Parts: sequence; C-alpha cells; structure tokens
Amino acid sequence: MSAHFVIAPVILPAALAGLMVLFARSPAFQRLGAVLGASGLIALALYNLTQASLGPTPYFLGNWPAPFGIVLVLDRLSALMLALVAGLAGVVLAYVLATGWDRRGAYFHPLFMFQLMGLNGAFLTADAFNLFVFFEVLLIASYGLMVHGGGAERLRAGLQYVAFNLLGSTVFLFALATIYAISGTLNMADLAQKLPLMPPEDAALIRLSAVLLLVVFAVKGALVPLQFWLPRSYAAAPAPVAALFAVMTKLGAYAMIRFGTLVFPTTLAATGALWGNILWAAGLVGIAVGAFGVLGAARLAPLIGFAIIGSMGVVVLTVSAFTAPALAAALYYAVHSTLAAATLFLLADTIIARRGGDDLAQAGPKMAQGGLISGLFMAAAVAMVGLPPLSGFVGKVQVLQALSAHAPVAWSVILLGTLVTMIGFARAGSALFWRVDTALSVPKHPAQPIAFAAIFALIAAMVALSLFAAPVAGWLAVTADDLMAPQAYINVQSLPAVAP
Amino acid sequence: MEALIAITIGALTTGGVFLMLQRRTFPVVLGLSLLSYAVNIFIFISGRIALNAPPIIGMGPAPIDPLPQALVLTAIVISFGMTAVILMLALGSFLHRGDDSADGGGP
Repeated sequence: MSAHFVIAPVILPAALAGLMVLFARSPAFQRLGAVLGASGLIALALYNLTQASLGPTPYFLGNWPAPFGIVLVLDRLSALMLALVAGLAGVVLAYVLATGWDRRGAYFHPLFMFQLMGLNGAFLTADAFNLFVFFEVLLIASYGLMVHGGGAERLRAGLQYVAFNLLGSTVFLFALATIYAISGTLNMADLAQKLPLMPPEDAALIRLSAVLLLVVFAVKGALVPLQFWLPRSYAAAPAPVAALFAVMTKLGAYAMIRFGTLVFPTTLAATGALWGNILWAAGLVGIAVGAFGVLGAARLAPLIGFAIIGSMGVVVLTVSAFTAPALAAALYYAVHSTLAAATLFLLADTIIARRGGDDLAQAGPKMAQGGLISGLFMAAAVAMVGLPPLSGFVGKVQVLQALSAHAPVAWSVILLGTLVTMIGFARAGSALFWRVDTALSVPKHPAQPIAFAAIFALIAAMVALSLFAAPVAGWLAVTADDLMAPQAYINVQSLPAVAP
Repeated sequence: MEALIAITIGALTTGGVFLMLQRRTFPVVLGLSLLSYAVNIFIFISGRIALNAPPIIGMGPAPIDPLPQALVLTAIVISFGMTAVILMLALGSFLHRGDDSADGGGP
C-alpha cells in the first residue's frame, strides 16, 4: 500500500489539473485546488524524503515486471528533487496568489499543476523513454506558462524557446532510438547492466548516443554553448513563472548525474571519461559566460538569467569529477542556487511592478517599500554570488574542496567568476536603488505582505541550509555514495539476470 | 531496403535542418515537422527491419519487436501536439507584430 506514495506526486497534480480545466470558469475553485495541490505535494515530499532515507522504493506501473513495464524508483536523489520542487512550488504559488498574476490569463493553475506533474515524473522515473515523455509534459506546460499574460515580446521569446526545445526533443528521440537499437532496453537499470556487456564494435554507437543525450540535457540545463535561449526566455516569461523555471535547469543537472552515474559511469569502457571531459570544459566556460553576462546585462531579468548560467557552470564543473564528494557538493550547490535564483526572480517582479521596468541604464522613480526591497535584494545577491553568511558560501566552499585535485584551473575560474558576478550585482543594485529620478512621483503600490512573506520564506530556507549545513551535507554524502554505487537502485527492480 | 530507409531519413533530416535555419517562422515549423518525421522512421526501424512479420509471438515464423511501434506512436502524438502549439505561437506572434521573422529583429 505504502508504495503508492511513490507515484502520488505525479497523480495528484495531474488529477487536480484535469479538475481545474473542468471548472475553468471559477477562479475561487482553481485557487483552492492550487493551494490544496501545493500543500499535498509538500506533505508527500516530506513523507517520501523519510521513505527514501531508508532505501530505494520501486513502483511498477500496472504491476508489469521490469524491464517490460515502466518503473518509477524513489531514491534519495529523487526525493531531494521532489522536495525542492514542492517547496518552490508552494512559495511561488503564495506569491502568485498575493500579486494576482494568475488572473492575467484563464489557465494559469492547470498549467502550473501540469508543470509540477512533469517535473515530479521526470525526477521519479527509471525508464529513459518515460523520462522523454515527462520532459514533454513539463515543456508543453512551460510553453503555456511562458506566454501567460500575453504580449508581443512574450510570444516572440516563447516561439524561440519552443522551437529550441522541440529541436532538443528530436535529438532526445534520436539518442533513445540509438540506445534501444544497440541494447534492446530503455530501462535505466537494465541499461546499466547491459551496456558493459555490449561487443566492442558497438562502442562507437554507445559513445554517439551518450553525447546526443548530453546535448539534450545541456539544452535543458543551459550549458555553454547551448545557453543562448535562457536569458531572453526567462526575462520575457512572467517573473514568478521564471522563479519556478529555476528548477528546470536543475532537471538537466539531475539527468546528467543520474545517467552519468548509472548508465554511462566512468567505469563503462565505451564512454569512460567522455562526459566528464565535456562537462569540465562546459562548466569552466559557463562560469565565465555567466559572470560576464551578469556584468554586462542591460536589464535585471536577463542578469538573473546569466547568474543561473553561471551557477549551472559551477554545478556541472563539480559534477564533471564524478566522485562522491563532488556529487554531494554539486547537489548542495544546486539546491542552494535554485532557491537563490527563485528569490531573485520574485524580487525582480516586485521591482518591475513598483519601478515600471527593470532597465538598469535608466533612472527610475523611487519605489514604494524601496527600503525593504533593497535589503532583500542585498540578501538575495549575497546568496547568489556566494558570500557568507548564506548557503551560497557554504556551497562554494564544498565545491572548492571537492575540486581540490584540479585546484589551479577550477579554483581560479570559480573565484574570479564570483568576483565578477559580485561586481555585476553591486552595479545592478546601485542602479536600481540609488539612481533615483526625484523629479518622478513615487507610484503607489499596495504592500502585499504575503508576497513579501514568500520571498522571506526563500531567504529563510537558505539561512536554514547554511545553519544546518552539517546534517544536510551528511545526508547528501550518503546520497552521493548511493549514486556512485547504484547496485541497490538496480537490485530493487528485480531485473532478470543478464547472461555475460 | 536498408539503403532506401537510410536515404529517406537522411533526406528528411537534411531538409528539416535546412528549413530550421530560415528566418521566417513558417519554414521553421515545417523544418521541425520534417525532423519529427525523420526521427519517427528512425525509431520505427530501431527494432530492426523485417517484412511481413507480425508483432505477436505465434502468428508468424519470426515476430518483430513491438516496442518501437509503441514508442513511435507516443512520439507521433507528442510531435503532433507540439506542432499545433508552435503554430499557434507563430500565428499569435505574427498577428501581434505583423512580422513573422523568428528572431524578431528588424527587416
């Protein structure tokens, strides 16, 4: 019975989204459903976290045995990502309800729920083709959310975002078909068992599909050189939606960690250090592109987009080592940077609503509640850059420790990137809060305490992440050990034995 | 047979990539469709090529792998839906701005 809790984070938002479409005329019903859905997901995520700490739990859809049916597996990594999605969704939803963003179009809440369904499913599934399907579910919902509220700029950026991601989906299908043609299976645990036994003449095809898959995940994770879509798309999307999208880049990182430890581990002769080498280069350049993008951005929203590219650079640079301490550090930093990016996007929305725009070159009017907002911006920028006392600092220290074997290159790029990012954020903060045109009248704006409470909640989460850094890092260290030795993840699916 | 299918997939992919690189949105959408046709055939033959082989055990001398057929059905449905979405976005963008360039730049 308790095994059904594994699939509940997918079923709950799917059922609610369907109901919401039926009652599309009743905003009150939609809001009630959204609040129930978000609180249910948070409760489920907490329960699943405790369950996953005991060991991986499989869920066989339709009771078909693996690898013939689709299997979901809840392990520590999935549970961590589910909790991150649920917490972030709760905060973003509170902000959206307080500011009335959901009233600017008819279908915000159903799309939001479908987005959560896709994210949760992608984090849970243990089947590569099912991962593709959940990618498409979350993408088609994100297309709708992205153009929520309408407007020419949003439609144009949305068109580019959709075209780019459809191209990514096509590459994903090419990669999956190649893998299936080689091995005859798409179950990730089954692949982990079968790929090492493939004849050497298939090694080139295995390498080809590994690189194609990496390209797909790099598109999702906005890795250099596939990051061009991100700043413009996230800047054009409604800012609270962009705050939720902050977790979508981490889906790319999740998929890289999952496939890089399970399907294409460094011990697989065909691929070896192939992924590690590509990720190492992409991470280093990503940090530089992110840092200089932050320094040069003309508006606040793309600036945050570049900060996300830089933080993804740090994450994949750390992942590229594929050692247990590096994965633990990368996971800690990924959780932290999701929270930091979401905080910044929510703040960007409060700033745009009060200042009339986020252009950094133009002096704006003095903002209502400007003192509070500038203090929060300071805190969020400190977190994103990685200065003490917030969790960004703890995360970066762990990353530096994990990469100490490659200290000369990795440390100098990360530390210089941090410096440049800090200057960029200082420039943005002074332009927004100190370059005030006093001739302009201060626009009135209601205080919206719940919206600020949502931002405070994110900052409090980052404070908690650094206060309880030791227990969190300990839990993540066990997670990383499980990832590096995925035998439990494979055994729990009771696959048929593979003849060597 | 193998050569024919390989040439078909190659031609569809080439045409799709070429159209994807155009500036107007309509060729881009057509290019995406061509790419999805190419990938659909590619998935379909990933279970090996066989003539007159039913996907059910016991109905012929050697059954063909049924899984790629299920996968390709899923892929067809998804790409069909996605094409509809991107067409609506392209149309909306065109009607809003009176210009259907995909990069949104000037003339």
